[in-house]
Amino acid sequence: MREIIEIPKNDVIPDADDVLKAQGIPPGKAPSGNIKALVERTMGLFSQSCEPAGIISEISIPEFEVVYQGQGLNEKETPLDEIFVKADSLCLFAVTLGQKVTQKIDELFKADDYALGSMLDSAASIGADKTADNVEIAFLNLLSQKEKITPETGITRYSPGYCGWHMSGQKKLFEFLHPEEIGISLLNSFLMKPLKSISGVMVVGKKEIFVFEDSYSFCSGCETRSCRERIRALFKESRTNNEKGTV
Amino acid sequence: MEILKKISAGLQQGDDKKVFTLTSQAIQEKIPPKEILEKALIGGMKIVGEKFKIHEIFLPDVLLAAKAMSAGMRLLEPFFIKEGIPTLGKVVIGTVQGDLHDIGKNLVSVMLTGAGFEVIDLGSNVTPEKFIETAKQENAPVIGMSALLTTTMPVMGSVVELLKQEGLNGRIKTIVGGAPVSEEFAQKIGADAYGYDSTNAVESVKKLLNKT
Repeated sequence: MREIIEIPKNDVIPDADDVLKAQGIPPGKAPSGNIKALVERTMGLFSQSCEPAGIISEISIPEFEVVYQGQGLNEKETPLDEIFVKADSLCLFAVTLGQKVTQKIDELFKADDYALGSMLDSAASIGADKTADNVEIAFLNLLSQKEKITPETGITRYSPGYCGWHMSGQKKLFEFLHPEEIGISLLNSFLMKPLKSISGVMVVGKKEIFVFEDSYSFCSGCETRSCRERIRALFKESRTNNEKGTV
Repeated sequence: MEILKKISAGLQQGDDKKVFTLTSQAIQEKIPPKEILEKALIGGMKIVGEKFKIHEIFLPDVLLAAKAMSAGMRLLEPFFIKEGIPTLGKVVIGTVQGDLHDIGKNLVSVMLTGAGFEVIDLGSNVTPEKFIETAKQENAPVIGMSALLTTTMPVMGSVVELLKQEGLNGRIKTIVGGAPVSEEFAQKIGADAYGYDSTNAVESVKKLLNKT
């Protein structure tokens, strides 16, 4: 199964509160007039410039093993290495917000409009995550139609460049998925163009398989430790889009 | 001088138009450009940095102030063509090889400029050799490196290692930062400093160069 997922713009527009939080403004703190005006302009620019698109392709465990090994540069032990072999379903994905939003951010910085550029960048990062949330929901819906979902089922995303999966893994991922079809290309550095794009694998399985200790060698160098909240979110009864994300 | 205070206040409010108009007025009043730069613009940015540190204002406020500073600088730059803009020192900055995420690096660059440093911004995907070559050519005492991807963080260690190999580690200091980078990581690779955000990075660079 390989599908291009249509994602309505309205589904990826970030909440103003999340943008403020990403800009370091604590929740509950009333923003100044200057900041309120910036948020308004940011939302306008985001709506004008974002062009969300997504693509997914189901993949078997043996096939993913080849994709995951990539060029053999992954960390020796990784959480994904242990998790994907226990999965019920695996699905490669790529999403993008398109090139316009990145272009706009660059233009703003070049015009010394740092505050607006930085805020639009935050909004676009949240928007890209929301775009990935949309393809995750689309994949779960497809599995649900095939009655492959139970109350015990969980889903988590992993991306090359994080948690020991080397960036060079992008090459094999692209060879399998072909996200060029939705306008994403792979650069020599294994980063994607447009920059506000996310690729990776969605792992579906019993919630228990996703639990791991953050004690891998590379965890000590990681400041975000966002894996913790994602694991916790799996075990909450109801999940919101904001609780999901790519590890 | 009253007008310098007004420029500083305008800058703190993030009002670039006001700063532009008042700086223009100050130049017409024959106030030395160096005084406008140091007392009004850099002085104003210093207050902005202090307010940010105690959470009285937030990142967007700081960046609006930086835009206002740029508006004033555009008018002052022609006066410094001969002798160059007086600076606290040069900093070579970039996002490390393999990484194209440059927003964090750009913010540090803006804040360093606002604090009075000359920033040589190499952009993103910068090789260790390029960092060191540029620092040597420009006689810059600091290299600032940014990374967003955990897989590109080791490049920071390569720069520190190369500096050691060339016997430059005492002369050229290194500072690292970026979302996945930690103080612990900075120590592990032997970097001289770690900046957890853009204003902290400025303070760290000042400490490295004894400019506090």
